[in-house]
Amino acid sequence: MNLFDKFTTFIADKEPLLAIKPEIFGTPIEKMYSPTEASIGGRRILLAGTNNYLGLTFAPECLAAAHQAIDEEGTGTTGSRMANGNYTGHRELEREFAEFYGCKHAVVFSTGYQANLGTISGLAGAADVLLIDAHCHASIYDGCRLSGAEIIRFRHNDTTDLEKRLRRLGDRTGSTLVIVEGIYSMLGDQAPLSAMVEVKKSYGAYMLIDEAHSLGVLGKTGQGLVEAAGVTNNVDFITGTFSKSLGSIGGYCVSNHRELDIMRYLSRPYIFTASPSPSNIASARAALRLLKDGEHLRKRLWENANRLYSCMQEQGYRLGPQVGPVISAQLETTEQALALWTALIERGIYVNLIFPPAAPHDKPLVRCSLSAAHTPEQIEYLCSTFTDLASLARPLSQ
Amino acid sequence: MTDNYENTLQRICKHLERIADPGAIIRADTNLVDEFALDSVKILDLIMEIEDEFDISIPLNLMADVQLVSDLARMIERIESEK
Repeated sequence: MNLFDKFTTFIADKEPLLAIKPEIFGTPIEKMYSPTEASIGGRRILLAGTNNYLGLTFAPECLAAAHQAIDEEGTGTTGSRMANGNYTGHRELEREFAEFYGCKHAVVFSTGYQANLGTISGLAGAADVLLIDAHCHASIYDGCRLSGAEIIRFRHNDTTDLEKRLRRLGDRTGSTLVIVEGIYSMLGDQAPLSAMVEVKKSYGAYMLIDEAHSLGVLGKTGQGLVEAAGVTNNVDFITGTFSKSLGSIGGYCVSNHRELDIMRYLSRPYIFTASPSPSNIASARAALRLLKDGEHLRKRLWENANRLYSCMQEQGYRLGPQVGPVISAQLETTEQALALWTALIERGIYVNLIFPPAAPHDKPLVRCSLSAAHTPEQIEYLCSTFTDLASLARPLSQ
Repeated sequence: MTDNYENTLQRICKHLERIADPGAIIRADTNLVDEFALDSVKILDLIMEIEDEFDISIPLNLMADVQLVSDLARMIERIESEK
C-alpha cells in the first residue's frame, strides 16, 4: 500500500467527469456581473445554483459597509477571537444576532462549517449522545466525529424514528443533543420541527437546528424554520451561516444557555483559527439589517420558487417533496445527470450537479437554488429551458 | 458460538441478502466493506432496518470496527446485552 493509492483509485473513477469543460466540480467563474449572472467559459451565464437567496451580494449597503471596514480596520484580523482577532465588529454582530433571535447569547465563527464543527464539538463530549437526522450536512457529521460523543442517526424527517431512538437511550436522554436542519440542502425539504420539538422535550433531550439554508428564507423576520414553526424559544441552539442569505462568510450560534459563552474556551474550531475579516463582518451586519426588514425579498424569492417548482413538476421532473428555493431534480444515472447539466450550460444556465453519497437515495441530483434577485424574465427562461429539456430527465424505462 | 449468536447472524444475513447481488451467499466471514461498500448511504440505511429488527441503535462510531458480518453480529449481541 502506498500513500497515494487512494488518489489513483479516485482519479480512475472520476477521470471522465474531471475532463468535462466547463468543469462540473469547481466550475471556474471568470467574472461576476450581478447576483444572478456571471461569465463562465467566456459566456454570460444565468446563475441558478448559488445560495444567494436574498440576492444581497451586491446590495449597496453591504458594499459600502465592507469598503468602510477595509479602509478603517484593514484586510484581515491576523488572529483568533481568543487572541488578537476579537474586534468591536465581531462582538457587535454577536449582540445583533442575539437580539435578532431574542436569545441571551451568541457566538460568531469564521465559517458556517466551523459554526457546526465548533458548536457540536464544544458542547458534546465522550459521555454524550448526538442524535442526528440522516440527511444532515457534512459539517454536522464532522462536528459529531470531532466531539468523540456517541453518534446515532435517525431516519430523515421521521419523528417516529426519532422518538424510538430516544426511547432506546433510556436514562441517557438528558445528555443527548438532537440535531436537525431548517431546510435540507440536497432536496430542499424542511424538518417537521414542531413535532420534533415536542418529542425532544418529552424525553428531556436538547436540540440544535442548523438554519444555514433557511435564514432569511423562512419566518416573518427571516429567523428561519424556528420562526415559521413558532418554536424559537424551544430550540436550545440555533446555528447558521453568513455565506448564503447574508452574502458574506462566517457562521453563528445563538442560545439562551449560558454554557454557549463558556464553550468559547472549549471549542477548538473557535479557538484555533483566525476570526472573520472586518469587511466580512461589516457586510454581514449590513445584510442582517436588510434581512430582518426583507419581507419583500422573501415574497419575491417564494414567488420564484413556486413558479419554477410547479413548472418542473408539471414537466415530470422528480423533485424533492416540498417547494422551496432549493429545487432538486433527481436523475437515475450519472450519464443522465451529466446530459441535463451540460444541456443547461449550453443554454446559458448554471446549476449544481451532485452525485451520491452527497446526494441521497443513491441518485444524482441537478440542483437549482433560486434568489430574490432573479427577475421574472430569468425565471421564465429557466422554466422554458427545463421544459425543453424535460425528456433528458425521464426515467430510463419510459 | 452460542445459539443466540447463530440466531443473530441468521437475522442479519436475511437483511443483507436483500441488497446483495442475486445468488450471492452471505456468511459470517463475508466482508461488508468489499461486498457492500460499508461507507455508502445504502448500507447505512440497511443498518437502520437491522437496528429496528433488534430494537437497538448502533452508534456510527462503532461501525468503523465492523468489517465482517460476524463483527456486526458480535456488536449487536454486545449492545443487546447492555440493554
